[in-house]
Amino acid sequence: MELDSKCPTGPIETRWERHRFNLKLVNPANKRKYTVIVVGTGLAGGSTAATLGELGYNVECFCFQDSPRRAHSIAAQGGINAAKNYHNDGDSVYRLFYDTVKGGDFRARESNVYRLAAISLDIIDQCVAQGVPFAREYSGYLDNRSFGGAQVSRTFYARGQTGQQLLLGAYQALERQIGTGMVKMHPRSEMLDLIVIDGRARGIVTRDLLTGKVESHIADAVVLGTGGYGNVFYLSTNAKGCNATAIWRAHKRGALFANPCFTQIHPTCIPVSGEYQSKLTLMSESLRNDGRIWVPLKKGDKRKASEIPEAERDYFLERKYPSFGNLVPRDVASRNAKAVCDEGRGVGETGLAVYLDLRDSIARLGKNVIKERYGNLIDMYNRITGEDPYQAPMRIFPASHYTMGGLWVDYNLMSNIPGLYVIGEANFSDHGANRLGASALMQGLADGYFVLPNTIGDYLASNKFPKVEASNPAARQAEQEVAAITQRLLGAKGTRSVDACHRELGKLLWEDCGMGRTAQGLKHALSQIPEMRERFWKDVKVLGTGEELNQSLEKAGRVADFFELAELMCLDALERNESCGGHFREEYQTPEGEAARDDEHYSYAAAWEFRGVGNAPVLHKEPLTFDYVHPSQRSYK
Amino acid sequence: MRITLHIWRQRNASDKGRMVRYELPNVSEHMSFLEMLDVLNEELITKGEDPVAFDHDCREGICGMCGCMVNGVAHGPLPETTLCQLHMRHFKDGDELYLEPWRAKAFPVVKDLVVDRTAFDRIIAAGGFISVATGSAPDGNAVLVPKDNAERSMDAAACIGCGACVAMCPNASASLFVSAKIAHLGLLPQGQPERERRVTAMVAQANQEIFGSCTNMGECEAVCPKGIKLENIALMNRHFLGANWAGREGVEAD
Repeated sequence: MELDSKCPTGPIETRWERHRFNLKLVNPANKRKYTVIVVGTGLAGGSTAATLGELGYNVECFCFQDSPRRAHSIAAQGGINAAKNYHNDGDSVYRLFYDTVKGGDFRARESNVYRLAAISLDIIDQCVAQGVPFAREYSGYLDNRSFGGAQVSRTFYARGQTGQQLLLGAYQALERQIGTGMVKMHPRSEMLDLIVIDGRARGIVTRDLLTGKVESHIADAVVLGTGGYGNVFYLSTNAKGCNATAIWRAHKRGALFANPCFTQIHPTCIPVSGEYQSKLTLMSESLRNDGRIWVPLKKGDKRKASEIPEAERDYFLERKYPSFGNLVPRDVASRNAKAVCDEGRGVGETGLAVYLDLRDSIARLGKNVIKERYGNLIDMYNRITGEDPYQAPMRIFPASHYTMGGLWVDYNLMSNIPGLYVIGEANFSDHGANRLGASALMQGLADGYFVLPNTIGDYLASNKFPKVEASNPAARQAEQEVAAITQRLLGAKGTRSVDACHRELGKLLWEDCGMGRTAQGLKHALSQIPEMRERFWKDVKVLGTGEELNQSLEKAGRVADFFELAELMCLDALERNESCGGHFREEYQTPEGEAARDDEHYSYAAAWEFRGVGNAPVLHKEPLTFDYVHPSQRSYK
Repeated sequence: MRITLHIWRQRNASDKGRMVRYELPNVSEHMSFLEMLDVLNEELITKGEDPVAFDHDCREGICGMCGCMVNGVAHGPLPETTLCQLHMRHFKDGDELYLEPWRAKAFPVVKDLVVDRTAFDRIIAAGGFISVATGSAPDGNAVLVPKDNAERSMDAAACIGCGACVAMCPNASASLFVSAKIAHLGLLPQGQPERERRVTAMVAQANQEIFGSCTNMGECEAVCPKGIKLENIALMNRHFLGANWAGREGVEAD
C-alpha cells in the first residue's frame, strides 16, 4: 500500500493557501444534499459539526455522554497556543512551527505543523468573537503566559479552565446549529462500527445507550473526533468514558493506525493513593511556571518538606537543564521525576512522587497573585488530598495523559479509507512523538473549525455518491457483528468484573510500555496480552441485558478493544528501535540519559494495517522529510 | 470506616422505584464518593446483583456529568464541590447516607441515579450563544474587554451544567443555569448585539421545559459546585425587562 500524504510542496508559508485554492468547492445550494456524520463532540468534533452546519451541510452528530458539552476537552486546564506575538517577545508562526516540530522530536509532518501554527491566529479570533472569556490585562487586552517548553508567552488562557471555555464556545456554536435544524444531535449514542461500501466510508453503526437499540446511519462522509486512547492504561487523566472503540473498530475495517506507541505521560498529576483509585487528576503544568520541582538530596529522607533545609533539596530540573529549568517538555520532566523516584528519593507515603513547591513564588509575588493564577488548581489539590499547597508543597507524579498516535490521515485529514476523516487527538498527524503543552486545544480547533470544513468539500465535490439504504447488506452485516459482540460479552457469565480485567491490563502496560520501555519488557507484555485477552472473553462478568442502560456492558466493549490495541502499542514500541519524544527505549539513550533518535532508520510514521485479532499486523511506512527544521538532538540544557 | 447507603433504585422510567440499603464496612477516607460507589458496584457484580447506575465522566469536577442528592443536598455536604470531588474524609464512621437522583419534572429519571438533562441543551440551543460564523471574526484584540467584565463573565461561564441548582430548588427553577449563560455572554461586548433576543428566547424555552419560576430562595447558589452567584439572576431579570421594554420579541404567553 502506497501512503500518499498529499502534502503540498513548494514554500512552506504558502502550502496551505495554495492547497486550499486547488480544493474543489461544493456549490452552496448543493451543500444540504450531502450528509456528514460527526462522531464525538469535543473541541474537534464539536467545532467541526458546528462549522459544517454553518456551511449548510446536513450533519448527524453523535456523542456517548448525555450532552455534547461533556466531552473531555472540557478538562484541559492550561491554555491554547497562538503565535500572535502580542508580547513582542520574538514569537512568530515560524517559531511556533519550529518549536512544535522540535518538541515532537522530528516525527511529525512539516506541512501539517506549519498549517497548524498559521491557523492558531484565526482560532483565537474566532473564540474571542464567540465570547470565550480569556484572561485580560487591566487595559482590556488579551493576557498571555508562557507554558511548558516554550520560551515565549504565546499561551492564551481562561483561568485554569481554558478547555472548558473553548469547548463551551464550540458547544454553543453547535447548539445554535442544532436549533436551526442543520445538525441533528444524538446524545447517549456510541459508535460501534464503521460501514464501508464499495471501499468508501458511508456510515456508522451505533448503539443507543438508553434503549440498547443497534442502528445504522448512512452518510456521504464520516468524521471521527473521538479522542485518544490514554485509558488503555486504566489509570490516566482521561475521563472514565474516554475510549478507543470508534477508531479501533474503524481500524478493523481497514483504517491504518499510526504510531500507537507515541503516548504522553504528563509530569504533574496527583499521585495514586490506593487500589480503589479510579483515575488520576492532572494539575495543569502551568504550575511549573511558578512552582519549583524538587526532591530531598538524601535517599529515604522522610522528614516533612518544611523541615528539609535549602541545601538538602535537589531542584533536579533546574540543576540538569539550567536554561529551561522547570519548563522542560513533558517527556523530559516525567522521565526525570521517575528517575529520582527510582533512586529512592521520591516523597510521600508511596515514594512515588516529587514536590512541586510554590513557596518561593508566593514569597516573590504574594499569595494573591498565585491565587489568581492557580486558585482553582490549588483548590482541586486541596480537595483531593486534604493538604494546603499554600502551606506545604504539592506532591506530583507522572500519569498517562495524551496519545499522539491515532488513525493515519493525509494532509486533508482523511484516512486511507476514502470518506473517513479523523480529527483532533484521534488522528496522529501534528504532534510527532511528543505534544507540547497548550497544543492539543490548538490542534482540535484547527482541525475542526478551519481544516476539515475546507478539505471535506473537495471529497464531496469530486465523487459521486450512489444512494445507500440503511438496509444495505454491509450495514446489516455490521449491525449483526455488533449484536454478536454484545451477546458474547453478556454470555461469558464469568467471575471477574470489567474493571478488574482492565486494571490488570493497565498495570502491565504501565510497567512494560509506559515511561521507559525495553525490548525485554515489551516482549514480556506481548506474551501476556493475548492470554489476558482470552481470559477476559472467558471470564468477564457482565450482568443485565443489552436492551437497557447497561454501563458494565458499555465498559466491557471498550475494554475488549483496549486489549487488542494494547498489543499493537507494544508491537509498535518494540519495532521502533530508538527513543524519541514520549517513546523512551532504555536501550537507546545518550550518555546524559536523553532520548537517542535514530533518524537514519526511523524517520517515518509507522502505519499499521489490521489483519485479524492474533494475526501479525502489516507495517506501512510514511517517510518523513525535513526541509526547514533540520533534525537535531533536542537539548534543553 | 463503615458507611450505610440507602440508594434510590429504579430500573427504568416506568418503574416505581424504591430505596435499597447497602452496607460498606471498609471505606477508605481517601476515596472519592464515586470511588466508594465503584467499590459497592464491584461487590454487587460479584454477588450477581445489578450495579447502581450513575452518571460520571471526568471525575475532576468539570464535565458536569455526575451528581445526586446526598441526604437531601445536591452534590453532598461540601460547599463548591461536585460529587466526584467529594472525598470520604468529610464523613465519619457509622454515617448513614441517602442517595437520590435529581428531582425535577424537567429531569425525568432514566435509571437509578441517572436523569435526563437534555432540557438544558435545548435552552442553550434557543439562544445561549453568540452567532459568529467560523472565519468572520476580527483580531482578538480588536475589541477590548475591561478586565473586571471579563472576570465577572468568567465567573458565570464556569457553570458546568450539572443541574444541581434545579434539583435543590423547591420550584425546580433553572434560573441560575439560564442566568449564568445570560451573564457570561451579556457582560462581554461581543454579546451585546443579541442580548435581548438571547434572554427572551432562553427564558421562553426554560418555561416550555416546565422548569419552575424563581422565588429567590437561594438554594441554587448554596449548592452550586462552581459558586455561581444569585446576582446573575438579578442581571438576567434586568436584561429580560429591558428586552421587553425595548419591544423586541418578548416571551410568548404560555
